[in-house]
Amino acid sequence: MTGEQIVFLVVALFTLGSGFMVVTTRNLVHAALWLVSTLFGVAVAYTLLDAAFLAVVQVVVYIGAIAILFIFAVMLTRKDLLDQGPQMNKNWWFGALLAVSTFGGLYFLLQGWDGLSKTATAIPVGFDAVTELGTELVSPAAYVLPFEVASVLLVAALVGAVYVAFNKK
Amino acid sequence: MTTETLIWLIPLPPALAFFLIVLLTNKSKALSHSVGVGAAILSWLASMVVFVRALGVEHLGEEPFASSINWLPTGSTWLKIGVLIDPLGAAVLFFVSITIFMIFLYSVGYHNFGQPAGDHDRKGLPPHGATIEEHGHKHMVPSVEPMYSRFFAFLALFAFGMYVLVVSDNLLTMFVGWEIMGLCSYLLIGFWYGKESARNAAIKAFMTTRIGDVFMLLGIAFLYSATGTLTFREIFREETLHALASVPSFWGFSTAGMIALLLFIGTVGKSAQFPLHVWLPDAMEGPTPVSAMIHAATMVSAGVYAVIRMFPLLSLDPQTMSIVAFIGAFTALFAATIAVAQNDIKRVLAYSTISQLGFMIAALGVGAYIAAVFHLITHAFFKALLFLGSGSVIHGMEHGVLHTGNHNVDPQDMFNMGGLKNKMPITFWTFLIGGFALSGFPIITAGFWSKDEIFADAFANGHIVVFITLATAAFLTAFYTMRQITLTFLGEPRTKEAEHAQETPWTMTAPLVILAFFAVTYGWVGIPEHFPVLGGLVPNWFHEFVGGTLAEHPEAVEFSWVPLLTSLGVALGGLFFGWFVYRNVNSPAEDKLQIPVLRNKWYFDEIYDFLFVKPATWFAEIFVYKWMDKGLIDGVLHSFGPVTQGLGSVIRNYIDLPVINRFFGDGSADVTYWFGGKLRAVQTGRVQHYLMFALVTFVVIGAVLVAFGLLA
Amino acid sequence: MVPLSWYLIFAAALFSMGLFGVLSRRNAVAILLGIELMLNAVNINLAAFWRYGNVMDMAGQVFAIIVFAVAAAEVSVGLALVISVYRRRNTVVADEIDMMKW
Repeated sequence: MTGEQIVFLVVALFTLGSGFMVVTTRNLVHAALWLVSTLFGVAVAYTLLDAAFLAVVQVVVYIGAIAILFIFAVMLTRKDLLDQGPQMNKNWWFGALLAVSTFGGLYFLLQGWDGLSKTATAIPVGFDAVTELGTELVSPAAYVLPFEVASVLLVAALVGAVYVAFNKK
Repeated sequence: MTTETLIWLIPLPPALAFFLIVLLTNKSKALSHSVGVGAAILSWLASMVVFVRALGVEHLGEEPFASSINWLPTGSTWLKIGVLIDPLGAAVLFFVSITIFMIFLYSVGYHNFGQPAGDHDRKGLPPHGATIEEHGHKHMVPSVEPMYSRFFAFLALFAFGMYVLVVSDNLLTMFVGWEIMGLCSYLLIGFWYGKESARNAAIKAFMTTRIGDVFMLLGIAFLYSATGTLTFREIFREETLHALASVPSFWGFSTAGMIALLLFIGTVGKSAQFPLHVWLPDAMEGPTPVSAMIHAATMVSAGVYAVIRMFPLLSLDPQTMSIVAFIGAFTALFAATIAVAQNDIKRVLAYSTISQLGFMIAALGVGAYIAAVFHLITHAFFKALLFLGSGSVIHGMEHGVLHTGNHNVDPQDMFNMGGLKNKMPITFWTFLIGGFALSGFPIITAGFWSKDEIFADAFANGHIVVFITLATAAFLTAFYTMRQITLTFLGEPRTKEAEHAQETPWTMTAPLVILAFFAVTYGWVGIPEHFPVLGGLVPNWFHEFVGGTLAEHPEAVEFSWVPLLTSLGVALGGLFFGWFVYRNVNSPAEDKLQIPVLRNKWYFDEIYDFLFVKPATWFAEIFVYKWMDKGLIDGVLHSFGPVTQGLGSVIRNYIDLPVINRFFGDGSADVTYWFGGKLRAVQTGRVQHYLMFALVTFVVIGAVLVAFGLLA
Repeated sequence: MVPLSWYLIFAAALFSMGLFGVLSRRNAVAILLGIELMLNAVNINLAAFWRYGNVMDMAGQVFAIIVFAVAAAEVSVGLALVISVYRRRNTVVADEIDMMKW
């Protein structure tokens, strides 16, 4: 067991545990906060994968914006500050069954793939992933189009969200 | 132009006249009669030219004027039609054209051209007189016929039919002319269609002759199927005749005999022989020129002409010949007995015509070809003369009726006449000549020579029964003719109307004179060679000329005193007795011969009515109309409605409503509704459920694909 | 020395948890939380494949970036909708928002 593996296991367990709490806790604010910790764990996993830019973006965007947004939403949709009633709906066991079977299915599918036990190759010296990513994102021969489309999408979402949630009074 | 072309053109003027009058000149009386008389003159001139030329040809019988054209294609051959003038045709053409011309001319005066229109005259009824002012006082004068132009149109069509019949060289066009004349006789007998008696008479004439025509058509068809041709010259070839004579047919006749018999039945109808004689007396309903036309000049002569034409065929079978002779002789006697008891001046002449036609038919039946033709021609002249004369008499009587104003007096009843000899001299003398010719007054009348020849032939060939029958008929003929003349012209006028009778205009008397001339002189062209004293003075041109028509020139009959004396005896005796008995008879009550059975024509009309007319009427009215047409056919039609309705309601109530509406229509809707209701439960509106369903489906599909080996 | 399979299993587990959350939670916001988990699992998958495949080919990371953008857009619109629904119906319980049915 190498150090890397141990670190990974810790991070994975932390993330999975947080995730579990997200979907089971009764109090919604708690759930949002558990989401924050899950996202943080995922950011660490990115770092482990040498995707530094992704890790930073994860923290800034996901935790800094989306999780906050969730907290705002939770606060705006509470009848009163009490969390009463069950948090799981009537057929939660079927949902659990489906989730487990999905996991089982995915696992089963992965077993049939022989590239599974690949290990990471070394990153070539002098290769700057971030620079490369930046170049690719704005290069017409590469991914500038999806990049621009994504920006359009964000504008649309912005307009849409404002419009939908606009309070006329 | 060639004679053949001229022959083709002979029937044309009357046909044109018919169309012109009908289409163009109908409104103008003067134009119509001019067109009609003009056409008659043209045809007469053409006929005369042809006749004269025919006289000049040697052996016209072997080389007649003939011309034919291909008409109907019949497979690889053609049915030809054409014209033929052999000696028989030429002789017939002579008298036909003259009599037609005379009748046209006569009609102008008969229908009172130039007179004013009548007071109460209507189209369809005979004219009744007009009142005019003259010298301050009113009196009635004869009025002009309202349908004047129509008469000439019909007359022209009639003339056309007769000319077609005479000039044709085959049975088909002859039959066409025959039928045209049948139609015209219907139209003309029923000319005054306002009178019911005229309408009935027209139908009777048409129906009766139709019966004969059907058999004639059968004969023509039989002939065509046996020989393949209808042209006279081809039928009368040696080989054809021989073939026809040797093939046997039904009931012991040879084919030739059967055909001739069938054709003869057509003549029985058209020439009013017994038993189809009933139409001719009733045909007196038509105007007098029509009676003259039909019963003297043309139609009835056409019947005899047809038999004469087919004589070579007829003479092949002795059975047919005896039938022909029997019918002819019987009719001659039969009709003569009826004529004796008639009081209407025209009826006497009608029965006389039937009787004389019987003479001709009998002559043919005993093989006296030349005699029959001779009598045909002379009869045409004197009978036309007699009819036109009777018309003149009636006209004079009507003048008297108009004068006295007493319309209950029948101007045609002989017992109302008398003493007209002084009032109407031209009419009287011409009528006398005609009457003597009819009776067979010796030497100076044509009737004597033709009748004598019939007697001679009958006697010489040993047909004694026929001879005696004809002799008796001749006696009666002379008797009733003199009776007629005595009652009409001699003695004193019996009524006021007769006192005021007047002679008729020149358009009526001129034809009488011309016909009288022929009635006297025509006999002299046929004086037999062996006649005592006179024979041999002039050659028997008629015998020579007409005899050339037949393949074998008939021999002249040898002279015998018996027939000559018999004919002299019956003629003079009958005339004398007629005058003697009737010179003092003034009313029907005094007339001893008014025996009911004779007056009523041996009740034949009543017998036919019972046997044929009533059953036919019953059949038409009750059986066909009431039972078949209204009951059966209409019943079937009327049943369509209810049947269809019933069927429709069955389909509606047992198929449409329960099955299609309820089962298929409503049923499918209900099933769909029920399914929809059940399936609706899936649409909970909850997103999580939808997602679950999607995932389940995804998993199931995945499992299926993996199971089938299509995936991992 | 971490084999790829670990990352993939890790991502799969996270995904399943998110799925469980989506299917079973009553609150609409909680459902959106589950969706976030699923998106993050996908991102991890993408990044893992990038690292353990051709590092020179930036497609993996670019894809992940785009997913970030999409997730952000989706969350904002989704929450706006939830808020709007809450304002109308006065409830955020998913079971009670069931008008889109027969």
